[in-house]
Amino acid sequence: MATITYRHPDGSTTVLDVPSGSNVMRGALANGVDGIEGECGGDGICATCHVYIEQCPVAFPPVDENEDELLDCTASPRRDNSRLSCQLPITDELSTLVVLLPEKQV
Amino acid sequence: MAGSPIVIVGAGQGGMQAAASLRDAGFDGPVTLVGAEPQPPYDRPPLSKQYLNGEVDAAALALRTPAFYQNQDIDLRVDTRVAGIDRANAAVVLDSGARLPYERLILATGSIPRRLPVPGADHPGVLVLRTLAQARVLRDRLAAPRRVVVIGAGFTGLEVAAAARSAGHEVTVIEALDRVLARAVSVPVSEHVTRLHRGRGVDIRFGRQVETIEGEADGPLRAVRLAGGESVPADLVVVGIGVVPDTALAAEAGLAVANGVVVDAYLRTSDPAIHAIGDCALFPSPFADDPLRLESVQNAVDQAKCAAEFIAKDGLAARPYSAVPWFWTDQYSDKLQIAGITTGHDRTELAGDPEQGRFSVHCFRGERLVGVESINRPAEHIKARRQLAAAGTLAGAV
Repeated sequence: MATITYRHPDGSTTVLDVPSGSNVMRGALANGVDGIEGECGGDGICATCHVYIEQCPVAFPPVDENEDELLDCTASPRRDNSRLSCQLPITDELSTLVVLLPEKQV
Repeated sequence: MAGSPIVIVGAGQGGMQAAASLRDAGFDGPVTLVGAEPQPPYDRPPLSKQYLNGEVDAAALALRTPAFYQNQDIDLRVDTRVAGIDRANAAVVLDSGARLPYERLILATGSIPRRLPVPGADHPGVLVLRTLAQARVLRDRLAAPRRVVVIGAGFTGLEVAAAARSAGHEVTVIEALDRVLARAVSVPVSEHVTRLHRGRGVDIRFGRQVETIEGEADGPLRAVRLAGGESVPADLVVVGIGVVPDTALAAEAGLAVANGVVVDAYLRTSDPAIHAIGDCALFPSPFADDPLRLESVQNAVDQAKCAAEFIAKDGLAARPYSAVPWFWTDQYSDKLQIAGITTGHDRTELAGDPEQGRFSVHCFRGERLVGVESINRPAEHIKARRQLAAAGTLAGAV
């Protein structure tokens, strides 16, 4: 399980405990967090679960070719710390994580 | 509308989204979400993909946590069947006899798998895939080596074929028409998907009609017998020949029903107190000449949002439903995405290289781009959606 802080563009935050086996997108959707759409449910095809990673103590799987292509199509600008949150698994090694949500997803 | 109860019948993707979006839009009256299935709303697309191949378990499919419904004050009633709609008294009548009064009602009843009308189709070895319970049975049966016959080369049938073949089963697909996904995609995409399956060793047979399904009354299946005498040995049959909209409640309540519950541009049925959304709704669209009925997550979610906003604002400054339709399917590791409505196109343009397994088919009717089908080109798909949205807005403004 990991404690994830979702920072909203307006400065407010949502803090959630998300179980291992889930991912950063699913954690947000399951709890109705605004700012992540996840239109494809995590299939890695829609680029509407974009986040900026602000603090992460472990290494996530690297950006693959598909995610790289999608990150070029996000509704808010891509930055060096951009990821699709459906590609960020929650593992037992991950204890805390802070992500910033973009201005828009669609 | 504060204080006026809203009842949503159908707790799939659309029903759940409608409840959530009512709260997002500021509606603070009672919201009741009624579902016939035993579990809270769950994600259906993975049933024929990641759930079937064991990548995710049932618990991971829940669309929202139990706490969400509590926090949002959504009265979720699972395992609850609706017997009828008493329009004269504005109440939904449950199987138990209990009545749920409504100011507004949203029908999100979804669709039902079409049954194969041949002898033997009711054998317990013949399955369909729509619900989690059905997916669980299919997954259990696929735990041992099987000769699987899939009837129907549509999206669900082919996803099941891909999952079963990937797990090492012997798989035959029987299709009545002359290509896969014939009603849904262009010829180049059909050909690509056929190559994928045949390359993996799936036996696809086109232009075949199923005559009977043979098996012991209380024992195993034997074979699928085709018109002309051909017989395909089978331990397990999965029927994927499409779905029909679940319009029974609407029809019995006297609402206008055709191939779906008829709604207007604001998704209102012939009774303005009742909306219909998702798989069950037949709606006018800027992306098609004739009314559409679509079976997709996108359609369920976007229509739910549209109906919820209309209801929460009591129709003020209402916007007609105009979201760009899109759809996806996974076939092995390939991703097929469709933006727009490509059926009825009269011309195609190919971009990319089918030999490389990455290409798009731009579908036109006359000069108008009606949709784009992409194989493993997610960026092209997103571009196409934006392009169609811009064109649709223009068309709507005229």
